[in-house]
Amino acid sequence: MIPESGHFALVLALAVALVQSVLPILGARTGRALLMESARTTALLQMILVGIAFASLVRSFVVSDFTVRNVLENSHSLKPMIFKVAGSWGSHEGSLLLWTLILVVFGAGVALLGGNIPAALKARTLSVQAWISAGFLTFMLFTSNPFERVFPPPLDGQDLNPLLQDIGLAMHPPLLYFGYVGFSIVFSFAVAALIEGRVDPAWARWVRPWALAAWISLTAGIALGSWWAYYELGWGGWWFWDPVENVSFMPWLLGTALLHSAIVTEKRDTFKSWTILLAILTFSLSLLGTFIVRSGLLTSVHAFAVDPERGLYILGLLGVTIVGSLTLYAWRAPQLEPGGLFRPISREAGLLINNLLLATATATVLFGTLYPLFVEALADEKVSVGPPYFNTTFIPFMLPLVIMMGIGPFLSWKRADLPGVWQRLRWVLAIALGVGLVVWYLQTDGPLLAVISLAIAAWVFAASLREWALRIKMFDAPLPESLRRARNLPRAAHGMTLAHIGIAVLILGFVGSTAWKEERIIFAEPGTRVEIAGFEVVFEGIERVQGPNYIAQQGQLRVLKNGAELTWLRPERRSYPVAGSTTTESAIRTTLAGDLYVTIGEPAADKASGKWTVRILYEPFVTWIWIGAVMLILGGALSMSDRRLRVGVPKRARRGPAPQPAE
Amino acid sequence: MKRMVVALPALVALILGGFFLWGLNPDRDPNAVPTARIAKPVPEFDLPAVAGIETPGLSADNLRETGEPVLVNVFASWCVPCRAEHAVLTRFVEQDGIRLMGINYQDKPEDAADWLADLGNPYERIGSDLDGRVGVDWAISGVPETFVVDANGVVVFRYVGPIIAPEAQAEVRAALDAAKEPL
Repeated sequence: MIPESGHFALVLALAVALVQSVLPILGARTGRALLMESARTTALLQMILVGIAFASLVRSFVVSDFTVRNVLENSHSLKPMIFKVAGSWGSHEGSLLLWTLILVVFGAGVALLGGNIPAALKARTLSVQAWISAGFLTFMLFTSNPFERVFPPPLDGQDLNPLLQDIGLAMHPPLLYFGYVGFSIVFSFAVAALIEGRVDPAWARWVRPWALAAWISLTAGIALGSWWAYYELGWGGWWFWDPVENVSFMPWLLGTALLHSAIVTEKRDTFKSWTILLAILTFSLSLLGTFIVRSGLLTSVHAFAVDPERGLYILGLLGVTIVGSLTLYAWRAPQLEPGGLFRPISREAGLLINNLLLATATATVLFGTLYPLFVEALADEKVSVGPPYFNTTFIPFMLPLVIMMGIGPFLSWKRADLPGVWQRLRWVLAIALGVGLVVWYLQTDGPLLAVISLAIAAWVFAASLREWALRIKMFDAPLPESLRRARNLPRAAHGMTLAHIGIAVLILGFVGSTAWKEERIIFAEPGTRVEIAGFEVVFEGIERVQGPNYIAQQGQLRVLKNGAELTWLRPERRSYPVAGSTTTESAIRTTLAGDLYVTIGEPAADKASGKWTVRILYEPFVTWIWIGAVMLILGGALSMSDRRLRVGVPKRARRGPAPQPAE
Repeated sequence: MKRMVVALPALVALILGGFFLWGLNPDRDPNAVPTARIAKPVPEFDLPAVAGIETPGLSADNLRETGEPVLVNVFASWCVPCRAEHAVLTRFVEQDGIRLMGINYQDKPEDAADWLADLGNPYERIGSDLDGRVGVDWAISGVPETFVVDANGVVVFRYVGPIIAPEAQAEVRAALDAAKEPL
């Protein structure tokens, strides 16, 4: 009964979405307020109905209702409760339902919170949003019904992939989807603006919080995914340039460009056409990600079950959305009024370079991701594009970008004074060079790129701090004055500083863990000792451990430093009898200076009976990657909480200041 | 001009869409590994020896003049399963008198030399495939991978992954025996 009501709620939601696709935009065209206002009700109704559907699915998972095919295939009665719940978005159907839920939540968010948005723009935006949700609801109802029943019901479920039975991964898709789908609102705003034929600073300001919310979630989702790969896959890497990683990374890159270009539209009333294009492309790449993961188009470690019919439907959906919106763009963009002019050396120009670099970097990632498909289609050959391609094409765009990141905030709008910037940055440059030299001295055998990257990270770090210090006149004014200035500084400014410093921190993590990683692979028997990065690791043996739905062989490794016992590391190999598969659980000792990372492999064969393959890694500074990611998220959140985004929104119509009543 | 520029994104999207449509063909399996090189002569190649060790290098000519079936094993010091497989290969050579050739795939010569010094060197010849070019010619899908090449230099069998399990060892032995039978 519950699954049927969920299914029914989805059908109703589709009907409501279809109504919302037409009425508000019609109202905006003919100027009828009642029709425009209807979007408020329908958006809310859609959220409630899809919410009911999602709750029904979660309930079916919680009570382990194995008459529902989706539950049967993705759950098991012995599974811990949290993973039963997470199982509801572990499958293709369930994750699609979550996707749609987030879509309508964002729609309802605009309907309820967007009080300051003009009625016509809001109505058009919500209609566009309803087109997308109608598309996904039909996709789900026609090809991927999450509530399908099975008869006769089997006794127990078929388990969830044990690799996915992990709290980091359970939270990864929701965050990622929040990011992906959050950009749908920005897309709807862009399409609505194109239909209206008008983009102005006020538009950019209304869009900003939504773009920020999406960007924050996407950042968190990607960081969580990479953290999961790091500790769960057991390879000690945190980024593999896998197609599925790439498709989440591309909207992030372009979304970052969008955040910056929207600032120019907001502050200087220019870059309009470009901002609109970025808004469309960012969401298009999110859709592309959804498509690639579900269509089996590319080889990847984590894809859903392949179904050509679904792939075809979602490709059609993609075609209508992306080609449709880009055609609208081609038609309307030339009519957007050009904005303010600027000199080659100015904040605008700096942000233009930022955008060009980010867009080019996105294009190289896209090309590398799809290249195997191109080659197979044109030359009928199989190739795979791996990290070497991405590292050599991607990093050269990132380093200048990061250098620009240090300079950009010092440039003033319209026309910047280069000697003045030099005046303020020369000490920063000295610090960066100094850091580079010190690193070079300490690590003469490391790659040169690592030294350069760390110098650049130091550059961004110091430049961002310097800019912040100048703004609050730290050391130039008495402390109370500086504190007052810090309080009065817009939160967006604090947010920018924090996020830019976060990038410097990220680079430290990237460089440390790739360039100065140490690795030992040994055949260990009880008593085997290994030296790595100043630690002494002793393999004491293997113990069998019984888990809730697995049996594990747990390695016992004692870690010593300077002869004193530091800690024990206990990596595991788990076998899941129901799913019939094994996973590797790494054991990690995390410190800010670096991670000691241990995994055990198959018992070594033959002659070496009784010996185990043990892999020990030392990854310097790897934790800073996630600290940097948290700084990016906090920076975004600070910027989002800026009160300028909520109050004091500039009036859209360009008239003079409202007359003040005489006092 | 401007019109053409703004139409460009839509055009690119359409072209990509065409590729995707092609890619959705249900008969296409992106995970399939091409089964190249079976029942074909060994590809032309000539690899130098691994720097710093005595064992000579390996070329296609060497494989054509063996006079009996041999194993060609692709290995690397960075490959964990290779380490486990090494013991099996060594026993093949020492106890069963099987001839073993190696291709050291994308490996630093120093690392490879250390690895062989550490575990022993059962290989008759080892070619150093520094840039992985020859690995491509042999169409390997990963490391380790092992081929049986018959007396005439024709690849007759391929095993993907480490030869550790008894079944895998039996499979390789069977392929070697089959290759010995005169045609």
